[in-house]
Amino acid sequence: MRAPIWIRQHFAAARALLLFTVLLGVVYPLAVFAVAQLPGLQHKADGSYVKAGGRTVGSALIGQSFTNKNGDPLKQYFQSRPSNAGDGYDPTATSASNLGPEDVVDTLPDPRLLAAGKEDENARPSLLTQVCARSKAVGKLDGVSGARPFCTPGGAGAVLAVFGHRTAGGGVPHPTRVVSVNEQQGVVKAPFVGAYHGVKVELAKFGEDYAAGLVVPVKGDAPAEPAVPADAVTASGSGLDPHISPAYAAIQVRRVAQARGVGPAQVERLVNKAKDGRVLGFMGEPRVNVLKLNIALDREYPVRS
Amino acid sequence: MSTTLAGILFIGSLVLALAVVYRPLGDYMYRVYDGDRHWRVERAVYRVIGVRPESEQTWGVYARGVLAFSAVSILFLYGLQRLQDHLLLSLGFAPVKPDQAWNTAVSFVTNTNWQSYSGESTMGHLVQMAGLAVQNFVSAAVGMCVAVALIRGFARRRTDHLGNFWVDLVRGTLRILLPIAFVGAIALIAGGLVQNFGDANHHVITTITGAQQRITGGPVASQEVIKELGTNGGGFYNANSSHPFENGAPWTNWLEIFLILVIPFALCRTFGRMVGQNRQGYAILAVMATIALISVSLVNVFQLMHHGTVPTAAGAASEGVETRFGVANSATFAGATTLTSTGAVDSFHDSYTGLGGMMTLFNMMLGEVAPGGTGSGLYGMLVLAVITVFVAGLMVGRTPEYLGKKIGAREIKCAALYFLITPILVLTGTAVAMATGAGRAGPLNSGAHGLSEVLYAFTSASNNNGSAFAGITVNTVFYDTALGLCMALGRFLPMIFVLALAGSLARQGGTPESEGTLPTHRPQFVGMVTGVTVVLVALTFLPALALGPLAEGIH
Repeated sequence: MRAPIWIRQHFAAARALLLFTVLLGVVYPLAVFAVAQLPGLQHKADGSYVKAGGRTVGSALIGQSFTNKNGDPLKQYFQSRPSNAGDGYDPTATSASNLGPEDVVDTLPDPRLLAAGKEDENARPSLLTQVCARSKAVGKLDGVSGARPFCTPGGAGAVLAVFGHRTAGGGVPHPTRVVSVNEQQGVVKAPFVGAYHGVKVELAKFGEDYAAGLVVPVKGDAPAEPAVPADAVTASGSGLDPHISPAYAAIQVRRVAQARGVGPAQVERLVNKAKDGRVLGFMGEPRVNVLKLNIALDREYPVRS
Repeated sequence: MSTTLAGILFIGSLVLALAVVYRPLGDYMYRVYDGDRHWRVERAVYRVIGVRPESEQTWGVYARGVLAFSAVSILFLYGLQRLQDHLLLSLGFAPVKPDQAWNTAVSFVTNTNWQSYSGESTMGHLVQMAGLAVQNFVSAAVGMCVAVALIRGFARRRTDHLGNFWVDLVRGTLRILLPIAFVGAIALIAGGLVQNFGDANHHVITTITGAQQRITGGPVASQEVIKELGTNGGGFYNANSSHPFENGAPWTNWLEIFLILVIPFALCRTFGRMVGQNRQGYAILAVMATIALISVSLVNVFQLMHHGTVPTAAGAASEGVETRFGVANSATFAGATTLTSTGAVDSFHDSYTGLGGMMTLFNMMLGEVAPGGTGSGLYGMLVLAVITVFVAGLMVGRTPEYLGKKIGAREIKCAALYFLITPILVLTGTAVAMATGAGRAGPLNSGAHGLSEVLYAFTSASNNNGSAFAGITVNTVFYDTALGLCMALGRFLPMIFVLALAGSLARQGGTPESEGTLPTHRPQFVGMVTGVTVVLVALTFLPALALGPLAEGIH
C-alpha cells in the first residue's frame, strides 16, 4: 500500500533536509576549515592573534579598553572608542547603543541613592548627554576643548522643556515655564542658559514629569567641527571597533608622549606606522589600529615605573 | 580623496562588478534550471530523497513540495535548538526557550533571519552550522525555485507542468549557491574572518593592561558568505556584519555587499533567457537598478549630511558605525541589505539619522523587489509588472498582456492578493502591538522613534528582511510569537499566490503581439513599473511613516 502523495512528500522533504544537513552543515564548513589551515590563512582563521613580549595579548581585529581597574583611561596608552559591548569591548556581549538621533532627554538618577554612594539602575543618560559627557572627558584628558553643539559646558545635553500654549506650527512663542531637563538640581549649580524668551530657566528636579513641555535642544555657539572628533564620542556598531580615526589619534599624541617621557614626534612616527589608508584608495576610511599602536609603544618607549 | 568621492567610487565599483557578472552568471543559472542533464551526484541525491527527477509537477504539487520542505525544516530547526545542550559543540549553552526557538526556526526557514537572540551567548556551534547555516542555503534555493516556476509559467504554453521542485532545489543549492559560497568563504578568511571551532572559555586572553578578554571564535566564514549570498542576514554574532570577525576589512565589506546583490540582479538575465527575450530581462533589471541607485544614493546623502540633534552634536552620523567602514560605505550596505531580503547590518539603523533610517524602512516597504531576495525579488517584481500591465490595460481599455500571456481575472486576483498580504501584516501587526501593553513594552526609544522601532520590526518580519531598529526588546512571548507568524505568513502566502499565478499562466497558449500590445521592454514600461511600485507603497505606508520617521526627521 502506498501512502498518499502529501505524506510521501513530507518523507521526501525529511530525507532531503537530512542530506542537506550533512552536506551543507557538516561537510561544507569542515572543507572550508581544511582550506583555512593553509599557511597565510590559518593565522586569520584562528582569530588574527597578536603577541607582545612572547605572549598573546589580543586579536588585531578585536578592540580593547586601555583603562585601569576603575575604568579610568591609562594616560600612557591611546584610547579606543566608546563601546557598548558589555562593560566595554566584551566579545561575549557585542552590541550597539541603538539609541536614536533624537534621544536627547535623560532619565535622571535618584539623588538619595547618589548621596548614599549607590547607582540608580533606572537612570539612563540620553545619547546626547553621553556624547557631551564623553567629549568633555576626552577634552580634559587630552588638553583640547571638549565643547560641542547642543552640549552644556558641564557635559550634558543642552535641552529645554518649554511649557506654554502651542501654536498651529508647533512652536511656543510665549513660554510660561522653561526647564533644563538634563541638568539636575543638586548636581548642577546653574542652568547652561539663564533665560529663554524672557522666562527664567529652572533646573530639573528628580521625579517631575516634563513630557508636556516642548523639547528644544539648544545648539549654542560651539564650532560645527569640534576639537574632539566624532568617533571619540560615539560608540561603534559592534562595540569591538579595533580602530580610531587618525584625527582622534592626533589629539592623543601629546598626552601619550608626555606619559612616556618622549617627544611627540617619536609617538607620531609610531602612529603613522599603525595607520591604514582606504583600501585601493576608495574603500572604507583611514584608520589607526589601537592595539597594534599600543604594543609598538610598549616595545619602543616602555613606561619607566 | 574626499569622503564623498570615495563613497561614489565605492558604489560605482559595485555597479561595475555587478554589470560584469550579469551575463555570465545569469546565463549559467539559465543552464542550471533549463538543462536536461543530471549530474551523477544529483542522481544519487534524488535516489536518497526518493523522487523521480524526470517527472514534472503541477503548480499545486510544486507548492506542496515547498510547504512540506519548509514545514519539516521548521520542525527540525526547532528541535535542534531545544535539544542543543545534548549535542556536540554546544559551548555549554542551555536549550533555547520555546517561543524563541519557534521564532528563530521560522525566521531562518523563511529566509528572514530576524534574530531575537544574541548569537554569541545563545547558539552552540552545531546549531549555527548544521541548523541555521543549512537553512541559509536551502531557504535561498527555495526562493529561486519559486521564481523559476513563475518564469516557466510565462515561458511555457498550454501545459500544467512547472518543473520539479526537488530538482530545482537540489540544482540551485549544489550548482549555484555552494560553489560561490565556498570560494567566497576562503576570500573572506583572507580578510580576517574566523573559521575555527574555538570555545570562548578556552580563549581567555590577558591584555597588555592586565584585563581579561574572551575571544569568541567559531565557523563564521562559512556561514557569513551564505548569509549574504542567500540574502539571509542572520549574524553569527549579535553585532552581525559590524563584528570584525564577520566583516574584518573595508574590502570584505565591499565583497559582502556584492554577494548580497549578485544573484538577485543576475536572475533578471536568467528570466530573459528563459522567456526567450533578453530585452525583457533588461527591462526588469532597469526597474530594479533605477530604484536601487536612487535609494542607496539617498541613504548616503542623508547619512553624510548628518541632520538631527545627536548627529549634529557628534559632528557625523557615526553612532553605531565602524571606523574601518565609515559612514558612507555603511550607508551603502544599509541600502543593499534592505533593498534585498537580507537584513544583515554592518552599522546600526536605529541610530541612523531620521531620514536615513526612514529610507531603510521604505526600502523594505517597497516589497524588497529592487533587486530583492534571491528569487523572491524577481517574482515580486514580476508580480508588480503584471499589476502595471493591468493598470495600463485599464487606461486604454484593452485586455492586458505580458509576455504573450493574457492577464485575466484569475491572474490579477493572484497578483493583487500577493501584493496585499504584506501591508495587512505590517499595519495590523503594528496596530496590535501599539494597542497592547505587551507590544508597547518593546521599544527602547520613546515617542516617534519608539513607533518607528515597532513599525520597523513588523515591516522587517513581514517582508522577510530580518534587520531591525535593534533597540526594541523582541525576545518576549508577544513579539516572538507575533513576528514569527508575520514571517511565516509573509513568506508562504505570497509564494502560494505566485505559484497559482504561474499555473494559470502556463495553461494559456500564447497571444501573438499586435498593434495594441503594450511593449514591455521599452523605457516607457520601465518608468511605469517604477512608478507603480513607488506609488502603491507610498499610498499604503505614508500615514504610518508620517507618525514615525517623518515626524522625527522633519522638524
